[in-house]
Amino acid sequence: MRAVDAVMECLKAEGVDVVFGYPGGANLPTYDAFVDAGIQHILVRHEAGGGHAAEGYAKASGRVGVVFATSGPGATNIITPLADAMMDSTPMVAITGQVRTELIGTDGFQEADIFGMTMPVVKHSMVIRDPADIPRTIHEAFHIARTGRPGPVLVDMPVDLTRADIDYQPVADVHLPGYQPTTRGNRKQVRLAAKALANARRPVLYVGGGAVLADAGAEVTELATSDNLPVTCTLMGLGAFPAPHPQWLGMLGMHGTRTANYAIDEADLIVAIGARFDDRVTAKLSEFAPHAKFVHIDIDPAEISKNVPAHIPIVGDCKTIVPALAAEYRSLSPDSSRLNAWWERIRGWQEQYPLRYQDTEDTEIKPQRAIEALYEATGGNAIISSDVGQHQMWAAQFYHYPAPRRWINSGGLGTMGFGLPAAIGAQMANPGVLTCVVSGDGSIQMNAQEFATCAQYEIPIKVFILNNGYLGMVRQWQELFWDRRYSHVDMGQFPDFVKLAEAYGCTGMRFTDKTSLVDDIKRAIDTPGPVVVDVRVTREENTYPMIGPGAAARDMVG
Amino acid sequence: MGEPGTKDRLSLEELEASRGIYTGRKHVLSILVENKPGVLTRVSGLFARRGFNIDTLAVGPTDDPTLSRITMTLDGAQHPIDQVTKQLHKLVNVIKIRDLEPSEMVARELAMFKIHADGVNRAEVMQIVEIFRAKVVDVTKRSVIAEVTGGRDKIEAFERMVRPFGMVEMARTGEIAIARGRAET
Ligand SMILES: Cc1cc2nc3c(=O)[nH]c(=O)nc-3n(C[C@H](O)[C@H](O)[C@H](O)COP(=O)(O)OP(=O)(O)OC[C@H]3O[C@@H](n4cnc5c(N)ncnc54)[C@H](O)[C@@H]3O)c2cc1C
Ligand SMILES: Cc1ncc(C[n+]2csc(CCOP(=O)(O)OP(=O)(O)O)c2C)c(N)n1
Repeated sequence: MRAVDAVMECLKAEGVDVVFGYPGGANLPTYDAFVDAGIQHILVRHEAGGGHAAEGYAKASGRVGVVFATSGPGATNIITPLADAMMDSTPMVAITGQVRTELIGTDGFQEADIFGMTMPVVKHSMVIRDPADIPRTIHEAFHIARTGRPGPVLVDMPVDLTRADIDYQPVADVHLPGYQPTTRGNRKQVRLAAKALANARRPVLYVGGGAVLADAGAEVTELATSDNLPVTCTLMGLGAFPAPHPQWLGMLGMHGTRTANYAIDEADLIVAIGARFDDRVTAKLSEFAPHAKFVHIDIDPAEISKNVPAHIPIVGDCKTIVPALAAEYRSLSPDSSRLNAWWERIRGWQEQYPLRYQDTEDTEIKPQRAIEALYEATGGNAIISSDVGQHQMWAAQFYHYPAPRRWINSGGLGTMGFGLPAAIGAQMANPGVLTCVVSGDGSIQMNAQEFATCAQYEIPIKVFILNNGYLGMVRQWQELFWDRRYSHVDMGQFPDFVKLAEAYGCTGMRFTDKTSLVDDIKRAIDTPGPVVVDVRVTREENTYPMIGPGAAARDMVG
Repeated sequence: MGEPGTKDRLSLEELEASRGIYTGRKHVLSILVENKPGVLTRVSGLFARRGFNIDTLAVGPTDDPTLSRITMTLDGAQHPIDQVTKQLHKLVNVIKIRDLEPSEMVARELAMFKIHADGVNRAEVMQIVEIFRAKVVDVTKRSVIAEVTGGRDKIEAFERMVRPFGMVEMARTGEIAIARGRAET
């Protein structure tokens, strides 16, 4: 069998139903195999779009996203998506073409040492040295990408080796002596954690992206509701606990709710579930949760005590640890009333500090209002794929996510240009589910070429550009911390997004009036095919509340 | 605290955090890796990226041709060794890591010193070489090359002794180590 046909067999054996990619000289043989493979291939317009689409597919489905690129510039174009997937622990396999073996190291045409360049931003990577190794290598790549703490894996295939014929045998299992992720939590530690939780008077569950990656939303909810435990999520954890909910405190961290941040500040026990104490969450580390002891559940031992020392570390998959913890906790029959005073305090904050904004007197659309309207128009049932900036924070604050994998965004790397291609991937993984993009006029332009992909493949995503004519998030920092000396953040009113959408073969719309906003959004949603909406919003609006740089959570402003 | 499974609660005051402690001493890590392309780059890249400084690094084959051993020394006053080893463990090609306790291992290094040794002080240099059970491996009119094997302390002591004669140059391999007794490294 041709080695490239074996590649297709491997993809099928891994359950791959769609790949995102872009051809070139060094992967011509592979692309020939796509002709008869029966695997759907989406031709993106830029390899970065392909990489982010693979991420979006993975984030929305939990399955491994796949991207193909050619050697040299094709391969270097996927470095950002790889780094993005690494930061957010997104399972992804990237298969790059490489110049033929004899040219490697000679600065051959379109040669780039993608294996060397990507080493710091992949979970693992492999170069094919012998065509016979191709099937095993591909299965290893999927295995590593998907298991343990998920992440991106790169396979680099020199083009001459992909031209070979090999004796293809389906690969039943992979053997990686150096790779044995721990998944079962230590029972003794789980018991200890249950006892600590049963004794805590001011506990908080701090739920992160790991709970989404583990598909442990139901388990987290069961633990929280087996008593009256307050829950906050990181940006990446949104949806792991259904919002809105009486026990829901909102997101924590830099742009989280005051309630969530104050609760963390006063907590006596914090149970971290698949969360990694990122600096956007802890703010000033030395003043993070000064009264708390920490239970830390994470599948990656290196995350435990990396930033904040854990009192009860539990290494393993939260999908199984959380239910075990809930069972142990219930067996201790803790007295719920011990939490009454805590809830009273929390309710006080909730009443005093709801998320709010100053709405306009006229018809101007406040960006926060735009997100609220999107929530109303979609009934909270859409997949929301966000770009990076203020709009991302508003989409995290003012849309409520009732289930995991509905909120798709780039958290760790914060990659502008992620939202549109990621929505393509999310939509491909969930045909028939309403998929919307929330973007900014800056971010959308970083991968706007993918509008053409949407049009060509009739991918019916609805794109809402909160257009403030600024790189809003940067403008906000310049306003607040650089004396309003605006330096290169004004984007003007370019391009005309309605015309741009139409040029790409999408429907373009422009909304400027808040009074008809919900209906207008419904109209956009009801329009078949891809729709791009230029939502003109207040130009200088700030994202609040906010923990300023170097400040502690309790000193939030706004 | 009662037996596991009993119904008592745990007072939070009793809990102590397990921290990636700074041990304050030198650590010798013995890292068994698969003999695959890029392994050394991955290991050294990890150190560079996470800001860990390597004091010495030695790489060589093992009894198994598919495996290599990297022996690395690090300063535990500067780095949380626990975090270093956990990050190393995440590399797929890393099979095993041992943080060798000083009392449980034998560590050796080889060093070569090219020392100024003309007529007057040659005898003195030779005497030091003798005392340290070092070996002269090359002699010219003006210099000798001495080869010393031993623990780091011995090599550094030798260096201190011969430096006053005039050191032309020096090369060291970095320590390699193996666990004492029957235990596998
Ligand atoms: C403009 C901007 C503003 C931001 N502001 C905020 C903010 O206000 N608040 C905020 O929270 N974030 C914010 N972020 C995001 C922030 O940068 C981090 O990405 C985020 O806080 C990390 O989320 P996490 O801790 O849930 O970890 P993730 O990055 O989601 O990591 C998941 C963790 O779970 C573990 N894990 C994986 N699988 C499992 C499993 N099966 N079982 C157990 N554990 C598992 C992993 O090892 C890892 O430690 C912002 C980002 C941007 C771009
Ligand atoms: C690729 C990339 N470049 C630069 C940044 C820095 N950055 C963060 S937010 C932001 C502004 C985003 O502007 P826009 O997309 O218009 O969204 P807004 O903040 O106005 O809602 C910038 C430039 C980034 N996150 N990603």
